[in-house]
Amino acid sequence: MSARILVTGIGVAAPSGLGVEDFWSVTRIGKNAIGPVTRFDASAYPSRLAGEIHGFEPKEHLPGRLVPQTDRVTQLALVAADCAFADAGIEPGTIDPYAMGVVTAAGAGGFEFAENELRKLWSEGAKHVSAYQSFAWFYAVNSGQISIRNGLRGPAGVVISDQAGGLDALAQARRQLRKGSKLIATGGFDAPICSLGWASHLHGGLMSTSDEPERAYLPFDDAAAGYVPGEGGAMLILEDEDSARDRGARTVYGEFAGYGATLDPKPGSGREPGLRRAIDVALTDAACHPAEVDVVFADGAATPRLDREEAEAITAVFGPRAVPVTVPKTMTGRINSGGAPIDVVSAVLSMREGLIPPTTNVELSDAYDLDLVAVRPRTASVRTALVLARGRGGFNSAVVVRAVD
Amino acid sequence: MKGSILSKQEFTFDDLKRILLEGAGADEGVDLDGDILDSEFETLGYESLALLETGGRIEREFGITLDDDVFTDNPTPRSLVTAINESLSALVDA
Repeated sequence: MSARILVTGIGVAAPSGLGVEDFWSVTRIGKNAIGPVTRFDASAYPSRLAGEIHGFEPKEHLPGRLVPQTDRVTQLALVAADCAFADAGIEPGTIDPYAMGVVTAAGAGGFEFAENELRKLWSEGAKHVSAYQSFAWFYAVNSGQISIRNGLRGPAGVVISDQAGGLDALAQARRQLRKGSKLIATGGFDAPICSLGWASHLHGGLMSTSDEPERAYLPFDDAAAGYVPGEGGAMLILEDEDSARDRGARTVYGEFAGYGATLDPKPGSGREPGLRRAIDVALTDAACHPAEVDVVFADGAATPRLDREEAEAITAVFGPRAVPVTVPKTMTGRINSGGAPIDVVSAVLSMREGLIPPTTNVELSDAYDLDLVAVRPRTASVRTALVLARGRGGFNSAVVVRAVD
Repeated sequence: MKGSILSKQEFTFDDLKRILLEGAGADEGVDLDGDILDSEFETLGYESLALLETGGRIEREFGITLDDDVFTDNPTPRSLVTAINESLSALVDA
């Protein structure tokens, strides 16, 4: 394997912006996008804040046939995929459809659609359930719909490992490229802001119950007390370098240079959590010395135990306060499968601009030896970025992204 | 007994267009208000699942039960409207 894997297109649907330019203009300055839940009546629930995407009208972006058969999460995924393909400048017919595929990550699937159909099932009867329920709820539906809409006839798949899935999908895309595909659209999406999604998040027991948008999600802060959920995600176009050069790809955002994934040991075993090893594996895979890393986009769970584990893993690899660390998802909340792909987009945009987006609202706890880019953005030459994501159940994933000259 | 409220109804082409739009939407390249009475559903962009959803909505709204192969036997709007009205009048005559 000599050819590198390049990021040649990006698309974002995030609470902080629909479309890359809107997203980055908000993210680079650290503007909060968390607010009270408006998508359903959350007033009777213990958690009432979310990172919502406002003003998204699917009919403005998608064909009339697609809207009735898709959940919000799929609509967001399709729109972000459209943006990523347009950004990459892929004209139909330039690449063999069987050499193009899609791999996405999902945490919840089409929960809002499913919730509405289940409500009809129990209140009106089975005949009132939409025929589209057969696939609209399903974790793999985003990959399926993106594949159909964009004529991708090569490998398709979905990975499910909570927040870590957003990076695991990119790694699966790389495997497909190494097996011979020329282009894989990859990323992750979640849109759980409905009562069914809320019940799932609440059941996890790690949600913030604060009603103050700027005090509710505070990773690495002494006041860390859980997370706020958000909705959205990002799509990236990954291409084999030779293929990208052959077709004259107009933008190369960076190289997908390394990946590592581990599982935590059984709780109570006393063994070290798996995150440090995931970072080591990703750096080794990228042939990258820790000193070359210019920024770490941390997972930022915002529960004291998970924050401590993550801070210790970063410090163990890089040394105390030796690398800038940031958690821009403090602006949007945690978006499960969508969170890490958005961070990868932020990482390549940090390289483009020479600016690290900030961790908003957080005052770093004295307990962590981190160089946290808190409150304000930081100008910096970014050539190599590490993105971390951890999923419920012990999933740890790390991705190294590198600038390409 | 004749003449329940449901069985008095007639199923019109406008009903079909409305139900298609509600349940499955419309393809951008297709004008449902155009001359489509004799076009096949498939060429109008409606695959089997869209037709299943459409059939289910017609059954619910008009209180009838359609055969599983109603769309195979009636691949165009004109023929479907005729078939459904036959089902409705069968209810009245029963």
